[in-house]
Amino acid sequence: MIQQITVFLENKEGRLSAMCRVLSEAGIDMKALTIAETAEYGLVRLIADDPEAALAALHAADYRAISTNVVAIALENRPGSLSELLEKLDDMGVNIEYGYCFAFKGEQAVDVFKVADAEQAAVKLAAAGFKVVKAADLA
Amino acid sequence: MKGKMMSKQTEILHMPHDELERVQLEGLKKTVVNVYENIPFYKESFDAAGFDPYAVETLDDLKKAPFVTKQDLRDAYPYGMLAVPLSDVREIHMSSGTMGVATVGAYTEHDLEIWGDCFARGIEYADGDENDVCHVCYGYGLFTGGLGAHYGGLSAGCTTIPMSAGNTERQIRVLKTMGSSIICCTPSYAMHIADTAIEMGIDPKTEFSLRAGIHGAEPFSDNFRRDLEEKLNYKVLDVYGLTETMGPGVAIECMEQDGLHLAEDHFIAEIIDPTTGENLPDGEWGELVLTTVDREASPVVRYRTRDITRILPGECACGRTHRRIDRLRGRTDDMLIVRGVNVFPSQIEDVMKTFPDVSSWYVIELTTENHLDVVTLKAELNPDFNFDNIASIDRLQKDIQEKMKAALSVGIRVRLVEPKTIARSEGKAKRVIDKREG
Repeated sequence: MIQQITVFLENKEGRLSAMCRVLSEAGIDMKALTIAETAEYGLVRLIADDPEAALAALHAADYRAISTNVVAIALENRPGSLSELLEKLDDMGVNIEYGYCFAFKGEQAVDVFKVADAEQAAVKLAAAGFKVVKAADLA
Repeated sequence: MKGKMMSKQTEILHMPHDELERVQLEGLKKTVVNVYENIPFYKESFDAAGFDPYAVETLDDLKKAPFVTKQDLRDAYPYGMLAVPLSDVREIHMSSGTMGVATVGAYTEHDLEIWGDCFARGIEYADGDENDVCHVCYGYGLFTGGLGAHYGGLSAGCTTIPMSAGNTERQIRVLKTMGSSIICCTPSYAMHIADTAIEMGIDPKTEFSLRAGIHGAEPFSDNFRRDLEEKLNYKVLDVYGLTETMGPGVAIECMEQDGLHLAEDHFIAEIIDPTTGENLPDGEWGELVLTTVDREASPVVRYRTRDITRILPGECACGRTHRRIDRLRGRTDDMLIVRGVNVFPSQIEDVMKTFPDVSSWYVIELTTENHLDVVTLKAELNPDFNFDNIASIDRLQKDIQEKMKAALSVGIRVRLVEPKTIARSEGKAKRVIDKREG
């Protein structure tokens, strides 16, 4: 289980770059970034090497930013690995609210999911033999 | 019963309403003739409107008379609206004149007496009498607050202390040592006194002996009232008045805190639609229009106060017969007309207060789309709102929209925006941006 940061941004020119500048000036390395957008605003979801510092930097710059627990699984970069993971989640009866993936350390793909109980899902997936990514893995 | 003497106000305040109306009608007949014969402005305006002051038979006939506005009073500066010779005038007050020329209120001996009696009703509502110490810390001077409350204290028989405003530490010392039981000042000054006392290490809740505060001259919210009552351990009564018709005392809340009793034996109140000038039925919000019943020096007939309120239908639980106006909702100057519907920013504010997930910083934008007015409310999200998914934000926007629609009878758009994107201003915030065409 890791922390994702969600930032509320108006859907306006320059908002995303300004936010990224704040993070870069705080020395934050972003591992992943995805955007859910509407005509008026967007939610930026990102994974950072130091989520506490990222959150503090965003709050200091007056951004609305919150932290959300998500489950992250490292998979081999080969056909079928994501299907296997999703089938397992299905079997466990875990519903995915949203998800995305990013490449990590070359050969690995990390899949991030927002589920109702990230902690429990992480424990169960680890027990089933999946490689659960921890905060320390990203730092 | 503590067996106290019935005050001279008690009987008037319980007079059957039809009797009050007879008093009003007798006074009205005299007032319209008096202004017509003694104030050139009214002669001109009555004649232009075809209103015959000698033909008034019922209170309803008043509705045929033309209005008088604040501008008319300003234009008459200094003595153009006097209905008596200056030799009969005992006192002059003036409105602050922040918007330009001041308006003048003049008082004969009789006018000062009714002013004191009207304000004394607030003290009566607070169960006050000659055994009370009345601490007046409205500013004394041209402003009607100080002397209005002072005359009220005298009329009620209280021991009246003319503190005036300022020197807060001395106010606190007097409140603590003189046993003041009733305090008259602006609500914000009462809060300042309470906060300063607490900073000085004095607990006003236990070390003051206040029972009631008669607070007016500026709007205050229900939350503000509760805070004050909690800090000072007393009851807050809202008082309404304006220099143009007298000063504080035109209407005052009783201990029920359910609307302000109008001094109906001295004022006739109407509520009109501020755009059409039509009279509105009881219960509907509109502009308060006042006519004086027995004012000698500065009578007014159908004065447009620009204050937004409504007549509260039904009787007050306190049993007094004088009808009540609701607490003021703002000024007509702030009113917006959206697709033909009158909307007051304070109505929007009331709805916003019920949503803890948005901050109190918001702005209302008016634009035109396909020849239609569009209202967009922009509000900032509060830090502790969990907005991790689009659905939660959409739901909040829709909830606000629905509540607004129910409260305003006109649909508006709600947009949540980033923090600090709405301009902060010192003092009065600019809440409305009108970008409509034409």
